[in-house]
Amino acid sequence: MGRIGVFVCWCGSNIAATVDVKAVAETLGREPGVVYAADYQYMCSEAGQNLLVQAIGQYKLTGVVICSCSPRMHEATFRKAAARAGLNPYLVEIANIREQCSWIHKDRQVATEKAIILGRAAIAKVQLNAPLTAGQSPVTKRALVIGGGIAGIQTALDIAEAGFPVDIVEKEPTIGGKMAQIDKTFPTLDCAACILTPKMVDAAQNENIDILAYAQVEKVEGFVGNFTVTIRHKARYVDPAKCTGCGLCTEKCPQKRVPNAFNLGLDNRRAIYIPFAQAVPKIATIDPAYCTKLNTGKCGVCAKVCTAGAIDYQQTDRLEQRQYGAIVAATGFQPISLEKFGEYAYQQSPDVVTSLEFERLMNAAGPTGGTLLRPSDGKHPHTLVFVQCVGSRCQGDGRGKTYCSKICCMYTAKHAMLCREKYPDTEVYVFYIDVRTPGKNFDEFYRRAVEEYGVHYIKGQVGKVVPQNGVLKVQASDLLENRQLHIDADMVILATAMEPDPTARALATQLTASMDTNDFFTEAHPKLRPVESPTAGVFLSGACQGPKDIPDTVAQAGAAAAKVIGLLVKDHLTCNPCVAKPDELMCNGCSACAQVCPYGAITYVDKDFRGPNRTTLRRRVAQVNPAVCQGCGACTVTCPSGAMDLLGFSNRQILAEVDAICK
Amino acid sequence: MQADVKTRAIQLLEEGQVDRVLGWKAGEFFYDLTPAVFTSPQQVEREFVWSSFSGPNLSKYLIAETRKPGKIAAFLKPCDTYSFQQLRKEHRLQADRVYVVAVQCPGMCDPDKVQAAAPGPISLRKEGDGFLVQTLYGEKRLTRQAALEEGCLTCKTKKMAYFDELIGQDGQDGDGSRFDQVHRLEAMTPEERFAFWQGELSRCIRCNACRNVCPACSCEKCVFDNPASGVENKAAANRFEENLFHIIRAFHVAGRCTDCGECSRVCPQHIPLHLLNRKLIEDMNRLYGPYQAGGDLEAKAPLTDFRYDDPEPDGGGRRGGAQ
Repeated sequence: MGRIGVFVCWCGSNIAATVDVKAVAETLGREPGVVYAADYQYMCSEAGQNLLVQAIGQYKLTGVVICSCSPRMHEATFRKAAARAGLNPYLVEIANIREQCSWIHKDRQVATEKAIILGRAAIAKVQLNAPLTAGQSPVTKRALVIGGGIAGIQTALDIAEAGFPVDIVEKEPTIGGKMAQIDKTFPTLDCAACILTPKMVDAAQNENIDILAYAQVEKVEGFVGNFTVTIRHKARYVDPAKCTGCGLCTEKCPQKRVPNAFNLGLDNRRAIYIPFAQAVPKIATIDPAYCTKLNTGKCGVCAKVCTAGAIDYQQTDRLEQRQYGAIVAATGFQPISLEKFGEYAYQQSPDVVTSLEFERLMNAAGPTGGTLLRPSDGKHPHTLVFVQCVGSRCQGDGRGKTYCSKICCMYTAKHAMLCREKYPDTEVYVFYIDVRTPGKNFDEFYRRAVEEYGVHYIKGQVGKVVPQNGVLKVQASDLLENRQLHIDADMVILATAMEPDPTARALATQLTASMDTNDFFTEAHPKLRPVESPTAGVFLSGACQGPKDIPDTVAQAGAAAAKVIGLLVKDHLTCNPCVAKPDELMCNGCSACAQVCPYGAITYVDKDFRGPNRTTLRRRVAQVNPAVCQGCGACTVTCPSGAMDLLGFSNRQILAEVDAICK
Repeated sequence: MQADVKTRAIQLLEEGQVDRVLGWKAGEFFYDLTPAVFTSPQQVEREFVWSSFSGPNLSKYLIAETRKPGKIAAFLKPCDTYSFQQLRKEHRLQADRVYVVAVQCPGMCDPDKVQAAAPGPISLRKEGDGFLVQTLYGEKRLTRQAALEEGCLTCKTKKMAYFDELIGQDGQDGDGSRFDQVHRLEAMTPEERFAFWQGELSRCIRCNACRNVCPACSCEKCVFDNPASGVENKAAANRFEENLFHIIRAFHVAGRCTDCGECSRVCPQHIPLHLLNRKLIEDMNRLYGPYQAGGDLEAKAPLTDFRYDDPEPDGGGRRGGAQ
């Protein structure tokens, strides 16, 4: 029987108003093994901690129970205090009598009884606590950023600035992501390329940054500080070391009818291409789906015109393994598919476009050279209808997303404003459910669109768009004036909802990072740890975590970088000692635990054991990597023989708690 | 068939393809066959028996046998091959040290039933759809129903899960009639069902035969033998606590039990223990889709797998996660 000290915290009136703290301390003081019990106004205060430190010394305590708030709040505080007094920090147990007792009860007597029971359970547990020592694992001082959009670029730049090497893996032939496709940015209306491309060049020139474009993460193994990542370099059929990016091949290629993905299929490119003029790295890539040489063996024009001799039709995908200490997911977003939204006639008329397509149509480097022309006949449009919330804030109809895509109100205001500014002869209508423009200078921006640029903002939704004789018949309702509107529009622009990039789901599985039901990465804590995933060493940057505009993305990218830097500056990581531990003598080696382990922390080895009659028995037994194990306990409940136990939360301890509660 | 199986066992040893053979030999009476390891062709010739009483599932013996050097041939019936595969999946045996000779099974006789229906049996052979038994008191004809093991009357499958060599024809899955009795139990009121199990389990003498024969109960150390588990040698507070042993055991083997029926076959008190396992198998099939333990080496067992459309644990069959 240990010598237990019990400390009951008032938490000001948070606990003391509902729980009779004196009675709790008195009752628990009479429990077997308890040699000291006290109550105090604020245990977490300097004075409260000193009370704990003194009592440990004076009464030679071998275990401590603090009846206070949730262990998530102050467990670390009290563990540190115990360590100061020379007690192993893992001999401290918290009985949560605030969140789980005083805050949820009104009856003082009932709450007091419950607080006593919770205290008893903690005493029963702490009697079985064993001193634990946290281990250490080394840190590979290199980071991986997955995704080369503005989020990934900014994160990589910030990490590189701090002096750590960082790799960007980008699945497209160039970094830049969605921002490279955008024309102007709100609320300042500066050109996206003007602010993005210098960053792309910075990234390319930074000696700490290695850009692995046209590559994908194939496999992730390991754990925080020690990830081993297999990267697939997709075949470009062009030697990146030789290609100078002169672009001659992209002019001479006879295959001219390849939909230009960078311009969202609004025009065509060749089978060998450089996505856009400022691409980084500026290397040509052959599209194997369209290349005549690769498909039929004939042609070879690009190889003939290439003065550098960079074309290599024999190139194949190449796998490479690299080591990292931290991984940042920056996989970004895409607009949702509009196939379920037939009412907007997106499939029927080329003049119904998504907002991202509209960006290309307004962009000086876009298919129309920056002049706004209707895709169907190349004529100047006079009436434009913008529809907001297409696929966003959909309630349970299974077509769209339930969430707000956040950026659409602002970019629609931007589009409307740019239209009116460049072409004062246009009539611009915006249909909205609500206009949501929180953000610095955002509402002022929207007000300008309405007040200075005369954009018609109409609260209501568009019910139907019918293409008829070259015009788009738009049928809509005006909810404020309670009337139906019929507008003959030349173009309809749909503010399409954003969804996570489809590659994120597979990546989350690789990273054992969790996702919400919309496939956005889940953060470790929605308020307090917004750029960390629940998996140690995996961080989140940009729209892969939730809809974000560029300022938010860049801010989060910097925050993720700061977290990565904070990890990489350490030479060693202190591990959580409350991890699973197999009893090798009882382990069957059946793999049940490894199958349920969400972190891949369990492996197996063949070990020699002493058998009967001086024989040696070789058995397969589980091994837990304490640096990877997060102590979730899934393995301990799965193990058929009870060989797996969780240090600090052993089966015996938990049953002792249950017994104490049921007594 | 006896000749085929025995000849093959002798051949395997003579050709040196294996070092040992795992089969059955006769006990005191012709009907109490017992598992045995044979090391020489002569021993096989003398003792090996394959008959209507070769009921014992030999798979579990391979855990110990494959820890020994050399290769062993094991004669497995269709149900036994599933136990073999499940043990292999759990890395409990070294499959590369086993040569599996699968033998198609016509259904095994229950010695107790035979003795009850034909007292003093001296020999038994198949005749038509039933059996002809020579007894001390003359001949007696038994129907299939009167002679076969309960498990065999509602045969799970005649399809082999695995073999290196097959004697006889590979067969088909059963018709699902094995769940009939489970359905009868489910149709009872909770009180009736409780009374049924109280009655059955009250006969338990805790001889541990069910645990010792069960291929899924192959732990290095059973929780019931582990002082740290808190349940070992625990004095029962009431009669039903003893019965909890069987319920805990059913949960421990859930998802790994292949429904070989050995627990009920060996129970000296004739408790239909396999019904507990079958109920769990049926529930898992209903909630998570059909799954046969030992059927597929790669398939994930429903209880150690997570899918977004798994039902919520409220019992209402509501599907959780992604819509």
